[in-house]
Amino acid sequence: MTTRHAAWAALGNVLDPELDEPITSLGFVASLEVEDGAVTAELRLPTYFCAPNFVHMMVADADAELRALPGVSAVRVGVAGHFAAEEFQTEIFPDMADLRLVFRRKAFLAAQSRLVRSLGWDADTLAGAALADVPPSPLAEAYGRARERLGLRGAWLITDPGGARVPRDRLARHLRFADAVRVSIEGNAEHCRALLAARYPDELGGVA
Amino acid sequence: MYHKDGVSYYVVDGHVHYWNASPDNRNRYGEGFIECFYNYSSALSPAEWVWPYEKFCKYTEQDLIHDLFETGYVDKAIFQPTYLRDFYPGEGFNTTERNARIAGKHPDRFILNGAWDPRDGAEGLRVLEEKAHRYGLKGVKLYTAEWRGDSRGYKLSDPIAYPYLEKCQELGIVNIHVHKGPTIWPLNRDAFDVADIDQAATDFPGLRFIVEHVGLPRLEDFCWIGVQEPNVYGGLAVAMPFIHSRPRYFAQIVGELLYWLGEDRLLFASDYAIWSPRWLVEKFVDFQIPEDMQGEYGTISVEAKRKILGLNAASLYDLKVPDEARSAQVGT
Repeated sequence: MTTRHAAWAALGNVLDPELDEPITSLGFVASLEVEDGAVTAELRLPTYFCAPNFVHMMVADADAELRALPGVSAVRVGVAGHFAAEEFQTEIFPDMADLRLVFRRKAFLAAQSRLVRSLGWDADTLAGAALADVPPSPLAEAYGRARERLGLRGAWLITDPGGARVPRDRLARHLRFADAVRVSIEGNAEHCRALLAARYPDELGGVA
Repeated sequence: MYHKDGVSYYVVDGHVHYWNASPDNRNRYGEGFIECFYNYSSALSPAEWVWPYEKFCKYTEQDLIHDLFETGYVDKAIFQPTYLRDFYPGEGFNTTERNARIAGKHPDRFILNGAWDPRDGAEGLRVLEEKAHRYGLKGVKLYTAEWRGDSRGYKLSDPIAYPYLEKCQELGIVNIHVHKGPTIWPLNRDAFDVADIDQAATDFPGLRFIVEHVGLPRLEDFCWIGVQEPNVYGGLAVAMPFIHSRPRYFAQIVGELLYWLGEDRLLFASDYAIWSPRWLVEKFVDFQIPEDMQGEYGTISVEAKRKILGLNAASLYDLKVPDEARSAQVGT
């Protein structure tokens, strides 16, 4: 039988597609109840007008994660305080595969930027480095996961999101752009956190 | 004008509003919208600058004049309209007409911008021309993500938008402010996407495209376009208040913008009344990239701050800058 603890852990696999962070650590899970195999979760968001396509992705992913748990018979994932809340329950949304891919590619570049900056290697070393040369670390693991989500298999450390190795003469520009992606995603996450805290000032951190 | 350490800063606030979000002018969407604005304000402002919610919904002309010009150091403010008639069925949220009543009383203080939506077709073109003549428009504010009926927004690169861009060129409306970023209704596609700016900027080299909110949360895509299109600018509304609540993120954002676009294509804005120019101007003039980040981003100069705070906008809108605040490099 699935416990609330297991359901919470499952929701930890659901990422905000833009921010590339779990909805649990972002504070987006307002409530979670498990009763006789029926799981009810309610998400909350930083604003009433958060982009519905991304909200839809999180609802769909949360639904899928909870349904995959053993012994779960019914799942309902709702959204509180959003202008399109009802539509998430009833409307059939168009396929978001293309948009998902855009954000997986961004997440990949941001993870690459974090890893590369932590390594501190010079450009020649980076250009010639294989994945196997990188010592284990949480950032290396995160980069591995970002690669997996794109289905990348090659051995080179620095590739573009399509898996092609970045040549030495384009390396600096490539990494500089990856930095900009990282700054954008991280700045946006800060923005969302600040807005969520302003909207739900008394409830932060008490959910888990 | 702001003076600090012997330097005079001419200040153009590139993005201000005079809205009416009072209960008798709004529906439930309008209520959600103004609450969202209010959360932006309270989340990122210093505590002493957070207004009571009722005042935030509808502030007075006196508040506006006081906060911008009497205490906010602003020399000129640009009214960017946001019609939102579907949310504010009374008189709209912040219309050119409403702004014009204030601007008419303070003609040396405001620049009045218009708006258009290409889904209005031929009638919209006629209205644009009429308003351009009535108000002497030099700029417009566009919301490409706005829903209308079955439409989930448009792109500047759509064929329906081109007659409008051509009309702007013909009428001398050369400053096209495009709202990308914190958005109104995007659903079926990524309404933050700034790629449409790229094509329009290439096809209309005589127009300037000011991407509001510097494309946040797509800063990198905006930077990428900015590198390739010399007539693309970044408006700093929404990015500015990070200077208080998240100064290191502000430094990173500014660092990236200076690297990719440079100091000549960034425009200060408060987004009043979400935020107020006084504290933003003071903090920006005092701001420096933190030392441990200077290896990556370098530093920001006094000259760059003068350009961003006002001289760049003065160039775009042909404003006369007093001698004391002129820059040797910008030469306005």
